[in-house]
Amino acid sequence: MSAGEQALTGMPGVPLSLRGPAPTRVVAGFGFWLFLLSDIIIFAALFATYAVLSHSTAGGPSAAELFDKKHVFLETMCLLASSVTCGFGSLAIQRTDARAMYFWMGVTFLLGACFLAMEGREFASMVAAGSGPSHSAFLSAFFTLVGTHGLHVTVGLVWLVVMLLQVATLGFQPMVSRRFFCYGLFWHALDIVWIGVFTIVYLGAK
Amino acid sequence: MDAKVEPQGEAPGVDVRRQDGARSYLIGLLYAVPLTLASFWAASTSLVYPPAVPVLLAVLAIAQMGVHLAFFLHISSAPDQANNFLALAFGLFISGLVVFGSLVIMSNLNHNMMPMDALMKMQR
Repeated sequence: MSAGEQALTGMPGVPLSLRGPAPTRVVAGFGFWLFLLSDIIIFAALFATYAVLSHSTAGGPSAAELFDKKHVFLETMCLLASSVTCGFGSLAIQRTDARAMYFWMGVTFLLGACFLAMEGREFASMVAAGSGPSHSAFLSAFFTLVGTHGLHVTVGLVWLVVMLLQVATLGFQPMVSRRFFCYGLFWHALDIVWIGVFTIVYLGAK
Repeated sequence: MDAKVEPQGEAPGVDVRRQDGARSYLIGLLYAVPLTLASFWAASTSLVYPPAVPVLLAVLAIAQMGVHLAFFLHISSAPDQANNFLALAFGLFISGLVVFGSLVIMSNLNHNMMPMDALMKMQR
């Protein structure tokens, strides 16, 4: 590490091992980051499964026949917008501005709920048309991959409600801000996974 | 978060050198929306040479993931982000191994498998 780089990380000239423990905020953020990366590896395994099985339709409908691009575009925009409003919410938490935080996180919740409702409707109509997960290997892989992402979004929405209740009862304590910060990382990571989903599953459909 | 530089490095998502937080998200949105539109356009257009469409889609998706990482998650190669960046690189490495490894192994198995009609004859 050069002297300039050491100056950027604070305590220039002191070796990393002698700088003492990192603050809880950094340790918690880094630990949660590691969790997110392991979560992304789970999604990588599901993407690999989907890619291998995507043509095994067993005489049933193929990906190109099933998916409606307009519908997926709306879902994508919902999730992208919710990522941005979540970012604005995190900034409001840093300013400890409760009103702005409730507004932006409320919008985030609504957009996330819209996404889930659209996905739920798509799943329900597919199952009703006889293209449920038990029909073919392709559909099993599809429902597992997209369903796991949807499950993550559901968990994210429940987590968001819990965090809003914590802010309402405990206020902006460092503990609460830290958790809210991890929630922001989670929500942004889900949006990144969705880029993979809409590209490979919906747009790559043949 | 305070703008103090931590001696042990920063948490992911915190950029101590960027004070105008809202602008970062807006710039991210400004990049992400056209990339998404381009992806959906590329998937439905006949203007692009068809065999090249998957490559174009992959490039657009990777670009958009990069935009999200840089402007929403604030991951950078700055010295105080070294831990986060290395963890990300390792995660991507493992993801790549899982995805490409599976595809190579499965296509190799498919390639080596006996054709279905020959298999049927043997069972008779």
